[in-house]
Amino acid sequence: MSEQTREYPVGESPELPAPNHQPGAVKWVMENLFSSIPNGIVTILGLAFLYMVIPPFIQWAFIDSVVLGAESRQECNAINPDGACWAFIYRRWDQFVYGFYPADERWRVNISFILVAIIVAIALVERLRAIKGIIWVALALVVACIILIVGFFGLERVPTNKFGGFMLTLIIGLTGIFASLPIGIVLALSRLSTLPIFSIFATIFIEFIRGVPLITLLFIASTLLSYFLPPGTNFDLLVRVLIMVTLFSAAYLAEVIRGGLAAIPRGQYEAADALGLSYWKSMRLVILPQALKISIPGIVSSFIGLFKDTTLVLIIGLLDPLGIGQAAIADVKWIALSNELYVFIAIFFFIFCFSMSRYSLYLERKLHTGH
Amino acid sequence: MSVIDVQEKPPFSLGALWRDKKARAIIMQILAVIGVLLFFGWLVNNTVKNIENLGVSVGFDFLWNTASYDINQTLIDYKATDTHFKAGVVGLLNTLLVAFCGVILATILGFTAGVARLSNNFVLSRLMQVYVEAVRNVPVLLQILLWYGIIIHSFPRVKAAVPLMEGVIVTNRGLFLPQPLPQDGFGWVWIAFFVALIAAYMFRRYAKKVLDATGKQLPVLLASLTLIVVLPVITYYIMGSPLGVSTPELKGFNYVGGFAIKPEFLALWLALSIYTGAFIAEIVRAGILAVSHGQSEAAHALGIRPNLTMRLVVIPQALRVIIPPLISQYLNLTKNSSLAIAIGYMDLVATLGGITLNQSGRALEVMLIILSVYLFISLSISFLMNIYNERVKLVER
Amino acid sequence: MKILLPLAVGIAALAATSAASASTLSDVRDAGVVKCGVSTGLAGFATPDDAGNWQGLDVDLCRAIAAATLGDATAVEFVPLTSKVRFEVLKSGEIDVLVRTTTWTLTRDVGLGLNFAGVNYYDGQGFMVPTSLEGVNSALDLDGASVCIQTGTTTELNLSEYFRLNNMAYEPVPVETSAEGRSAYSAGRCDIYTTDASALAAQRSGLEDPSAHKILPEIISKEPLGPVVRHGDDQWLDIVKWSHNAMLNAEELGVTSANAVERSKDASNPAVQKLLGTADAGLGAQLGLSEDWAMNIITQVGNYGESFERNVGADTPLKLERGLNALWTNGGIQYAPPIK
Repeated sequence: MSEQTREYPVGESPELPAPNHQPGAVKWVMENLFSSIPNGIVTILGLAFLYMVIPPFIQWAFIDSVVLGAESRQECNAINPDGACWAFIYRRWDQFVYGFYPADERWRVNISFILVAIIVAIALVERLRAIKGIIWVALALVVACIILIVGFFGLERVPTNKFGGFMLTLIIGLTGIFASLPIGIVLALSRLSTLPIFSIFATIFIEFIRGVPLITLLFIASTLLSYFLPPGTNFDLLVRVLIMVTLFSAAYLAEVIRGGLAAIPRGQYEAADALGLSYWKSMRLVILPQALKISIPGIVSSFIGLFKDTTLVLIIGLLDPLGIGQAAIADVKWIALSNELYVFIAIFFFIFCFSMSRYSLYLERKLHTGH
Repeated sequence: MSVIDVQEKPPFSLGALWRDKKARAIIMQILAVIGVLLFFGWLVNNTVKNIENLGVSVGFDFLWNTASYDINQTLIDYKATDTHFKAGVVGLLNTLLVAFCGVILATILGFTAGVARLSNNFVLSRLMQVYVEAVRNVPVLLQILLWYGIIIHSFPRVKAAVPLMEGVIVTNRGLFLPQPLPQDGFGWVWIAFFVALIAAYMFRRYAKKVLDATGKQLPVLLASLTLIVVLPVITYYIMGSPLGVSTPELKGFNYVGGFAIKPEFLALWLALSIYTGAFIAEIVRAGILAVSHGQSEAAHALGIRPNLTMRLVVIPQALRVIIPPLISQYLNLTKNSSLAIAIGYMDLVATLGGITLNQSGRALEVMLIILSVYLFISLSISFLMNIYNERVKLVER
Repeated sequence: MKILLPLAVGIAALAATSAASASTLSDVRDAGVVKCGVSTGLAGFATPDDAGNWQGLDVDLCRAIAAATLGDATAVEFVPLTSKVRFEVLKSGEIDVLVRTTTWTLTRDVGLGLNFAGVNYYDGQGFMVPTSLEGVNSALDLDGASVCIQTGTTTELNLSEYFRLNNMAYEPVPVETSAEGRSAYSAGRCDIYTTDASALAAQRSGLEDPSAHKILPEIISKEPLGPVVRHGDDQWLDIVKWSHNAMLNAEELGVTSANAVERSKDASNPAVQKLLGTADAGLGAQLGLSEDWAMNIITQVGNYGESFERNVGADTPLKLERGLNALWTNGGIQYAPPIK
């Protein structure tokens, strides 16, 4: 550094050798892997670890595994006792996807999957998002999904306890995500409101929900809610779970959005006031667009959290993929295939959550206008 | 004058009241209070009616009935003939135990992985990235089940287990370790330990004074460590080694004696720590990156040595960013420990909310207790965190 | 907090749409299905097969109730329940009847505000050990063992009491579901598996080598398992009770799903005719059902013996003996009051 800053009189600069530049893989390896002895040891240990883990896993999961052609675990073992027995996932694939949704009606779920994909595309592809009224299209599609899956207007009604598998995960996850966002915004605004009563109520609500484990809230939804409703009334367990999951997610979102709101410089609020905008208008047109933009990483990570938390419904007896799988491996034919089950479901969640987090990173970078 | 006339002209009307900002604020708040009160009144009313209809009694008297179930891991003495209340306390202590151990391990893992992710060693930083991404994106319940499965299926069975060393046995029924049994006179070792602690603290203060006065640095860390280790060890031998050891031995079905870490605890502990550690790693990384590069350059310019720069300049500033989310991860870990129920670790939700609830049928009361306990833990930690935030807040202009 | 108000309104609106009336029977008829709470998966009693159809002894009783009330044994909505939530779910009215290997005890019958409508399986708690465990021939040889036990049941109370009374120590290993229990037991996490003897047989049949495990002779408790309904609807209680009794009576009278139609025409046996509703005794009407209620049960589900053999009997992996569950005429204690 000192060489660069030293000043030489004109014409007297010494002849320096060209910078030591050793291109190619060797240099990269030397710099990044073996720059010092401890570094080299770490590298070797790391590579040894990878060698110990990856080849046996590939051997187990792919090379030695049995996917088709086995009707039971015994047959799996007969074909290859060392590998994974994925056959039960193949045999029960329909259950993993649809739960116990009646086989003849599954086309309705398939159509809904397509509609959901369209909604997600609308939410993701920004050229579509710019079109006004697109939100109404999305809402209409959501309503269409509900009609299709639950079955109104002459379609055969499918009771919600037949829902299960990935379909259930998506229903709970997506409902929680979309329904909790507006509630979370309202809660965050209330908590920051200058009206003390609103602020107090919002704070109590948020702190209560965030202070207890989701599993206790789900227990309440599944067992206690009937105490709080007028005698003789009850409504669907899935609806109760959806409400609880939404409230839970809303409380977490509210804190994320509150952080975003707090990060907006005061000048923005004052500017909105100076323009004579009403509270709601200033929020809608000036403050919230900026605050939500700042909060996007937080919002997405709480969505990811919510999506992962959908597995907890297993404990109150809803048959999410994990529940379906546990029922499957309780069957004499597929007994004790727990490793296969857990790995399979872990991969499913990883794909969803990882792509969500990548998308959030992408958005963050794109929306970062810089100051 | 005419302006006042105009204002006086319209008699009192609701519309006018609504257009007045202050009045509207008050009206809205009153409406909100009434609404919430009505809502809760409705809930309570329904609950009372429902309880009447079902003809069940309500109250906490069931807590004093005999629990009549056993718990395999307890921190305090507990028998099946004790009360449900005591079973609940045992569960709560188990919750706190796994939360405490989890917080420590998760912090170690998280800080290590967070720093390692910033390492210039390609293999190490990539490995850590894979760890963080893989673990964060898989539900923690699944990870708990997976770890439990691995432990009970891959660890050796009791009969097949070979001691790793004297008194250390790894089996799928737990890790058995020798347990030190303090005998008469061991109290003196404790006293020596505390004396050494105090002495180390005094020395540290003295060293700081010397540093401030003369700029000379005394070897604080070395001296304190020597004090804390040597003094108790000397006392131990002076008192004639007052420590027995109970080593686990295979008797009948199981190892007896020694100290056992149960697989349920181990699985929950590992899963929660590894899961939370991945989040902490991200927090630590972000915290270190958040300290502006100018800060370390400024320290270099002042001639502060690199490791001191890290300790005195970068870390204090990074901690300001790290600690609040870190605490909320600790809270998450504590709350996630309620998933213990999936593998049969007897925490609060499994004892009180599980077996007691099932035996007594007092769902309302039991859930009230459990919610209150978790709320109490969460709120007291948030309270402490707020105090910390106030203290480290940057003074804004 | 603003959201709570609309939420309350929403809840009220939703609740109003499904407000239950006083009579479970009319609810069932309106809904067109019987909502039946069953186990989340216990071989032989309630478990979904690869195609997602529920099967088992408990499931058959649910189907019998549906056949009696709606004339269609398939009009059942099975609600899989964990042992923890089962009573609250029943109390809330979410299900019409709970048939989930539930032990009839005083506390449950009286304290929880429920009614037991009979016993569809007489059970008792037993122990299963690997035969490789030397020197264990009785439950009294189990001092110091690790015991896998399903939580949320009466089993843990019996176990604790048994070991205490016999001055033996043990390590309880609580498991949540039978699948987890089997996995822990086969991995050697515990030496012994304890639960109701029927479930033990189911568990054993699910192990890799069933013959390598034996069930100890001791039965340490009485576990009468039966269907449960809410207090306060006697008509529904009667229907559940007599659906079960009809299956027992049918077996006693030799009426099976195959011969029921034929036997109903046989005027020589008044008991059969009363059972099958061809005697014009108006028995169905007394229950609020059609006269062919029992006929529907027998033709669509079968008698108790058929159901037993199909789900848990000698030809199934469970291979359970009739034992206590044989008819009283065959040395068992299944004794149904007569239908007349």
